[in-house]
Amino acid sequence: MALLLNILKPRNELEEGGRKAAPVQQDEGEPEKVCPNCRKRTSISTLWANRMVCGCGYHFHMKARQRILMLSDKDSFRELYEELRAENPLSFPGYQRKLDTVRSASGEDEAVLCGTARISGIKVCIFAMESHFMMGSMGSTVGEKITRLFETALTERLPVVGYVVSGGARMQEGLFSLMQMAKTSAAVKRHSDAGLLYISILTDPTTGGVTASFGMEADIILAEPGATVGFAGRRVVEQTTRKALPKGFQTAEFVLEHGFIDEIVDRNRQRAYIAHLLAIHGRR
Amino acid sequence: MSTVFTAYEKVRLARDSKRPTGGDYIRNVFTGFAEMHGDRRFGDDHAIVAGVALLDDIPVTVIAIEKGHSAKERAYRNSGAPSPEGYRKALRLMKQAEKFDRAVICLIDTSGAYCGSEAEERGQGQAIAENLTEMSTLRVPSISIVIGEGGSGGALALGLTDRVWMLENAVYSVISPEGCASILWKDASKAGAAAESLRLTAADALRFGFIERIVPEEGIGTEDFYKQLGKELKEELLALRREPALADRRYERFRRMVGVKSQTDSPQ
Repeated sequence: MALLLNILKPRNELEEGGRKAAPVQQDEGEPEKVCPNCRKRTSISTLWANRMVCGCGYHFHMKARQRILMLSDKDSFRELYEELRAENPLSFPGYQRKLDTVRSASGEDEAVLCGTARISGIKVCIFAMESHFMMGSMGSTVGEKITRLFETALTERLPVVGYVVSGGARMQEGLFSLMQMAKTSAAVKRHSDAGLLYISILTDPTTGGVTASFGMEADIILAEPGATVGFAGRRVVEQTTRKALPKGFQTAEFVLEHGFIDEIVDRNRQRAYIAHLLAIHGRR
Repeated sequence: MSTVFTAYEKVRLARDSKRPTGGDYIRNVFTGFAEMHGDRRFGDDHAIVAGVALLDDIPVTVIAIEKGHSAKERAYRNSGAPSPEGYRKALRLMKQAEKFDRAVICLIDTSGAYCGSEAEERGQGQAIAENLTEMSTLRVPSISIVIGEGGSGGALALGLTDRVWMLENAVYSVISPEGCASILWKDASKAGAAAESLRLTAADALRFGFIERIVPEEGIGTEDFYKQLGKELKEELLALRREPALADRRYERFRRMVGVKSQTDSPQ
């Protein structure tokens, strides 16, 4: 499979794509990051050349925009519904201020980015959730954007490819957040019933109401190595069972072993892998 | 004269072990209940009781989360915290209801889906997700009633229905007030304030358009109460039977739930 062997060259627009780079370790020389897995220091530029994957295989978090640029053909991404912004429908105390703070810190207006793009020439509807925006939590706007994306994909008969990262439903929007699970699921189902393909890529962490809705509803569910994937949070599970959990509980490897995802795909292989799956589903 | 309760007092009322549970409704609102066990995959979850019954003269499929009253019952029912098998049993019976063109009635009462390690191993998130996708296109009428606690995704997994009702003192929330207070304010004792902020009462749910009806609790647990509820359920099911394109209307019901302002209303 020439397609699968095609290793993509790192591209500079990845770095430009993140509206704000996230320098963690500022030394005298080049900025570095310390790997939480192997403790090795690596320069940001070296990490970028390897799509933010440490030499030991640890996958650092990435911003939504960077992920979309990484996956899609150069200059092919067209953002949709960027005018949608979260409101504070319940007038939840402190929420508006939190939104303002997170918006300026993350450079994004909400916890998901949606649009159309091409992957190896194949047009797709694409989304990427943003872990730097309230840990990708799903409120009304996230649910609305995801729902519209599936509706657009249905109208235009396009596949959907999405990067998932989420702490779950956003509590500051109360039942509005919970109902987004129902709304997005119904939209996924309509898209699916029309015979259209949906691929999700679960990244660290994928939990709560997003796992229990569109995260787990894809035709093909992929995950990044080591990503936390589960429903209840680890601490909640430990409190419930009053037992220490085994190492590796709720990892991508754990859910693969238990039969809930299709494959674990390293970040450096994702573009070629997904392009291959899209090509297979594009044939009749 | 009914007493005015605070949101957190309602949370406590909703959790009261003396309150009628799913099984009480099954026994008193319906006749001829025949329980159907198991998910045909792994096991039978005691936190969800389901089967076929008659609502007056209408055959229905009833699915109820059962908390139990006594400590012994609560242990057996896992206090109404369903496992993936429970949600899969519910889905199996909903698909069966669809096959035989029976309406589905769900009675919701849970603090949330079970958070144990076994539930994670067997795909709690996947089980809930699958119920949501499948219920969204079910071809038979469905009504759910939150009779006590409507705890987050574990409640919604039976709540993607044509109509959603709530008992007057029931609560429906994205997270428990204690959980919310401890995460946001690092202080579980602020649960009262969290309960207010979360807008989890039946009156709030009606105001924001999440439910269609509040069931008054006057005489709760009495014969008259159950009789009246049965009558209203039957009327509503008959009305739903007359509605064309039921699944499309259900889609629109949830599609409308948008807490955002937008410059454009077009999907493009």
